[in-house]
Amino acid sequence: MNQADSLPLLGAGRAISRRLIPDLALDNFQQVILDAVRTGRRVASLFGSLEAPDRLRLYVVLADDTQSILRVASTLAGRHYPSLTPRCPQVHLFEREIAEQCGLDIVGHPWLKPLRFHPPLFPSGRPGNDRVAPPGVMDFYQVRGEEVHEVAVGPVHAGVIEPGHFRFQCHGEVVFHLEMALGYQHRGVEQALLGGPNHRTIHYAETLAGDTTIGHATAYCQVLEALARKQKSPRAQSIRGIALELERLANHVGDLGALSGDVGFLPTASYCGRLRGEFLNMTAALCGSRFGRGLIRPGGVRFDPATCTVNDLLAKLDICGRQTRQAVELLWNSSSVMARFEGIGPVTRRAVVELGMVGPVARACGLTRDARQDHPSGLFRFIHIPVSSWDGGDVFARAYVRWLEIQRSLDFVRTQLRSLPPGTISSPVGNLAPDHLAVALVEGWRGEICHLALTDAAGRFERYKVVDPSFHNWMGLALAMRGGQISDFPLCNKSFSLSYCGHDL
Amino acid sequence: MNTLISIAFQILLLVLLPPLLPGVINKTKAWFAGRVGPPLFQTYYDLLRLMRKGVVLSSTTTWVFSAAPLISLASVLLAGLLVPLGPTAAPVHFTGDLILFAYLLALGRFFTILAALDTGSSFEGMGAARELTFASFSEPALFLALLVLVKLSGTLSLSTMLAPATHVAIDSTAAAALVLTAFGLFVVLLAETSRLPIDDPNTHLELTMIHEVLVLDNSGPLLAAQIYGSAVKLLVLGALLLHVLLPLNQGWIWENWAMTIPGLLAVAGVIGVVESIMARLQLRLVPTLLVAACLLNGFGFLLLLR
Repeated sequence: MNQADSLPLLGAGRAISRRLIPDLALDNFQQVILDAVRTGRRVASLFGSLEAPDRLRLYVVLADDTQSILRVASTLAGRHYPSLTPRCPQVHLFEREIAEQCGLDIVGHPWLKPLRFHPPLFPSGRPGNDRVAPPGVMDFYQVRGEEVHEVAVGPVHAGVIEPGHFRFQCHGEVVFHLEMALGYQHRGVEQALLGGPNHRTIHYAETLAGDTTIGHATAYCQVLEALARKQKSPRAQSIRGIALELERLANHVGDLGALSGDVGFLPTASYCGRLRGEFLNMTAALCGSRFGRGLIRPGGVRFDPATCTVNDLLAKLDICGRQTRQAVELLWNSSSVMARFEGIGPVTRRAVVELGMVGPVARACGLTRDARQDHPSGLFRFIHIPVSSWDGGDVFARAYVRWLEIQRSLDFVRTQLRSLPPGTISSPVGNLAPDHLAVALVEGWRGEICHLALTDAAGRFERYKVVDPSFHNWMGLALAMRGGQISDFPLCNKSFSLSYCGHDL
Repeated sequence: MNTLISIAFQILLLVLLPPLLPGVINKTKAWFAGRVGPPLFQTYYDLLRLMRKGVVLSSTTTWVFSAAPLISLASVLLAGLLVPLGPTAAPVHFTGDLILFAYLLALGRFFTILAALDTGSSFEGMGAARELTFASFSEPALFLALLVLVKLSGTLSLSTMLAPATHVAIDSTAAAALVLTAFGLFVVLLAETSRLPIDDPNTHLELTMIHEVLVLDNSGPLLAAQIYGSAVKLLVLGALLLHVLLPLNQGWIWENWAMTIPGLLAVAGVIGVVESIMARLQLRLVPTLLVAACLLNGFGFLLLLR
């Protein structure tokens, strides 16, 4: 029998007492992860938390997408931790993160480097492990040879985008390997959340990744509500669901426009750029902020749309939906655009599964991985949205999945606006259950957002762990570039559309 | 006296008109995109603004870097003096000036590339490699186009080839050859002036740039020289194309001059339309397009050999 099956069950958006979380021996813990991943489960989160001075405990959350369940396990980490990465590639960044955050010696990791260049969250007290390097100063994978050259891009870019450093090993125009160094956006959010929640916490959650305000704020509120065992009103859940899909619409439309701009195709680039603004304005109509700041609050939402607002939104959705269709279909009907999209930056399905990628990137490889279906929470427990997937794994597939999702989100938002349930929109959240662990999985527009909180005996956050979808997907971009043309990098990058600050926290 | 006026007029045109062409292209693109777009005279304003600015020089660069924009600009302007912009002969003309014309353009490119390599930046090295690779395809295409004109007119000077006072009667074979050459020349024009689908003049993405990346380190008056030089190149090659398309030697001389300026603006408009309706080519397919241009011009020449 698979040992992972004996671990306690947990639904997304639910809490579990820490006493019920099994404390496994280290090798047993690792075997559970290996077994689970071998049988098609994913590592949704893997992190360390200091439960007492000198007692570092590692927790893992394993997601079983087919059965809609999560399982948790923990182990007490000693001084040394043999790396799982050689046998289970999807933990490679989690292990680098643990080494950096907790000063744990991870032995046998093939590429153990700092991830975000910050002082440790839980200093180990050993100076060698707690050393901080300046961002980006580290070894890069190098290809040597007569005609091989290295191209370094960033962290300061020509466009107004977030900072990140990219190191290409090239042979002429062909990329052998791409390595990324992030961490320039590190703000220490997880550190700031320790000891919470307080009046600042929701603002930290909203700004984890500015373009995913609704997604991250929803995940945070679900964690809090799970810990307080709080029922939300149906109206609040509907408004949250609508806001989440509006966020998806705005970003997907914007991304399709940006993809079009990157290949120099002006019509779609300009129209989608404007339409993105229209969708952002719809969120603004709900709460006064184009990015949805201040809308989602623990216990519900803060703004209740009036009937006239709802009718305005419905009318606008019809117009914008039609215009989006016209603008986007221009892309698929232009052979010069399709020549740039098709076959560029392919990621294999195997790589997606092995690295545990999420969101439109995974769905562009034919996987039906969508937290709204696999781990439904909030509104999505009652109303299902069809999963959009496409085969191919190239830039076209990633663009087309976005288009499919745009259409489905449009239908969804329209239906939900017409049938908004009555009732209150918010009620206060009580005290948090002490000594509990709660997990929330929300399908943001980039993919699965995982928030996890561990409370101490007083019901405060002993640890708050955030996994942005970008964390799973950055490695996918590196794989997509292998053997490709360096001039196609911006296009590939845009087709992944990953967050730097979501990764850097 | 008449020739003196026409020479003065041509030089005036060559110096003053070029910045208008990018303006027309941008206006066309803005119209397609449903935007207002930058003012028609934006490039003039940009040049004035850049001329008032200082220059930032990288410490790795040498005199080559500062001299290159001026040499490129000078060579393009000299090349412009060899091309008859309107119906009258160019200010400078002699037998075999077409070779000088082609290599003046090449000289400008050579110095731009040298300056890019001088910065030691990996982007600019890549851009230089791309520019040279594509130039080695567009140069034969240009020569084949000129060869068609040489064969048609029987002379070796741009002035007599393009605006011959005594034009040979154009029969159907010659017309077919000219149509093929016009297409080939248009592709060469797009490549030489770094327009879509070969290069994207608006991109901010260093890794995809060709020409833009070469001038990335230029600032102030040096950048102005580069921008102005590109515009002059557009005008000169546009005039070349216009002569292939339009018989500018018919009727009154002033009538033909009146046709020249709208004709040049129309060429810019067509470039704007091309940029508005198609995406950029994959970089590795650019040589294919330029080889196609060579073939078009080559077939034009073959038609005349019959």
